[in-house]
Amino acid sequence: MDLILFIIFAMFAVASALGLILQTHPINSALSLIGVMGSLAVLYLLLGAEFIAAAQLVVYAGAIMVLFLFVIMLLNAGEERNPWKAPAVAYIGGPVVIFLIGAFVYLINFTLPPMRSVSFGDFTGGGPREIGMAIFTKYLLPFEVTSVLILIAIVGAMVLARKEID
Amino acid sequence: MEFIIITLVKTGLVAFILLTTLAYLQWVERKVIAHVQARVGPYRVGPHGLLQPLADVVKLMTKEDLIPDHVNKVFYVLAPFLAVFLALLSISVSPFGPAVEIFGIKTNLGLADINIGILLILAVSSLGVYGIALAGWASNNKYSLMGGLRSAAQMVSYELPMALAIAAPLILSNSLNLREIVDTQAGNWYGIPNWNIFTGGQIFGFFLFMIAAFAETNRIPFDLPEAENELVAGFHVEYSSMKFAGFFMAEYANMITVCSVATVLFLGGWHSPIPSQAGSGVFAALVHFAAAGMLFFHAMHAARPFDKITFPVFGVVISGIGAIFLAGASVWPALGAAINGLFWYGAKTFILLFVFIWIRATLPRFRYDQLMRFAWLFMFPAALLNMLITAFFVALKG
Repeated sequence: MDLILFIIFAMFAVASALGLILQTHPINSALSLIGVMGSLAVLYLLLGAEFIAAAQLVVYAGAIMVLFLFVIMLLNAGEERNPWKAPAVAYIGGPVVIFLIGAFVYLINFTLPPMRSVSFGDFTGGGPREIGMAIFTKYLLPFEVTSVLILIAIVGAMVLARKEID
Repeated sequence: MEFIIITLVKTGLVAFILLTTLAYLQWVERKVIAHVQARVGPYRVGPHGLLQPLADVVKLMTKEDLIPDHVNKVFYVLAPFLAVFLALLSISVSPFGPAVEIFGIKTNLGLADINIGILLILAVSSLGVYGIALAGWASNNKYSLMGGLRSAAQMVSYELPMALAIAAPLILSNSLNLREIVDTQAGNWYGIPNWNIFTGGQIFGFFLFMIAAFAETNRIPFDLPEAENELVAGFHVEYSSMKFAGFFMAEYANMITVCSVATVLFLGGWHSPIPSQAGSGVFAALVHFAAAGMLFFHAMHAARPFDKITFPVFGVVISGIGAIFLAGASVWPALGAAINGLFWYGAKTFILLFVFIWIRATLPRFRYDQLMRFAWLFMFPAALLNMLITAFFVALKG
């Protein structure tokens, strides 16, 4: 059952990710991205991280992507008619992508220490209680630093917007 | 196997009751608003217009389903389905009553009992905006687009105070599971029911939640996305037939969802406000008998000829339901626990739904800048403060 669901949603995630890149209309791309987020949430759920799954839906699919969609609709961005291609991209783009993927696989497979493979139902620390305990004890400093980082971004956005008004 | 059969039966029952309630909620809304405005409302189809929802469904299904030429066909068709699907989904985690044992089958009155229930409701409701936003964009019409944009901005803004207002009862109950949240609100404290709104001190949180709920469901006074005197009909201008009905169903289903969430989080779910030693078991029976008595009385002094027939018929049906409650209170306690739970859950949810309708008949619409200012300058700080004070008191109690 878990495996069937995994295969369905993994395929859906990959298909949506491809759609995100290959679609020419920004709305289609944004909706494909929502598809990726939604299927990732299901994959998290399958791995036993139910809080992360719900947070993924609430934060990414529910809030951030709504803003993306909002901006695309507001600017009324049309279809990409004639995507500009630099000659360098046309010739060395493919090889560079293959090289990067190869390097990534090599890094993971040969230089990192061997890791246990993930299996369904192993992990039980994904509930809200465990996540809360981890955030406020073990990972308190990274958590606080991240929140300060976000605060800086908010203040920066405020400053930029204010300049526009004046 | 037994689990699957029970779940299927429960799902079918809940779907049937939910869809019937959706249809009749509209009848109730039209009747209540009519009486507020000193009219009679639907009256022609069936006794007191009771078959009006059926007639409306037939009318909407048989109307021509227009797809205008200038729309984006895929998203235009997808949007109403998305709206209905997401609106109906959240009821699946709502607990309707206690765990009961009838005919040797032990089951929870509710569909899914998951440990992130309230997060699922938040996630689904935050996805619900896509139905409306997509409809507005795909219609390729300036009024629709304005409606969709307004709806997206409004729902994102009011989601924050709503989530913060929800967080306070979660802190009190120390759980995200809706069934456990209801369980912590059992009993009473010197006669005051132990609900979050009373002994939990969440009366402020309850009102914040309800205000945000009005905005989340796009109801008056926050129905800017479909403001008819500015935007014709907002995001669903271009829709007809069943697709239009889809948006209507989604709106009513969202209303039912937020009312049941408010019931569960603040009003003690299926728990009775009357202590059991003061006779909470027979209260539901008394209410039904009183309603039946009122119908019989009015049948004697019927103003309209057919009331002489319809009032006694409904009176007999309602006193029959009252007799079932009486049987539950006296000879069959297992059944009594189940139906009393359902009665109180339904009663609280329905009272909140009535408030939604009542406010629609009472208040005018906000202006858009007022709506946004209200969200960010009042709702958000107030909800944050409410949560902090609650957290402080919970920490103080240890």
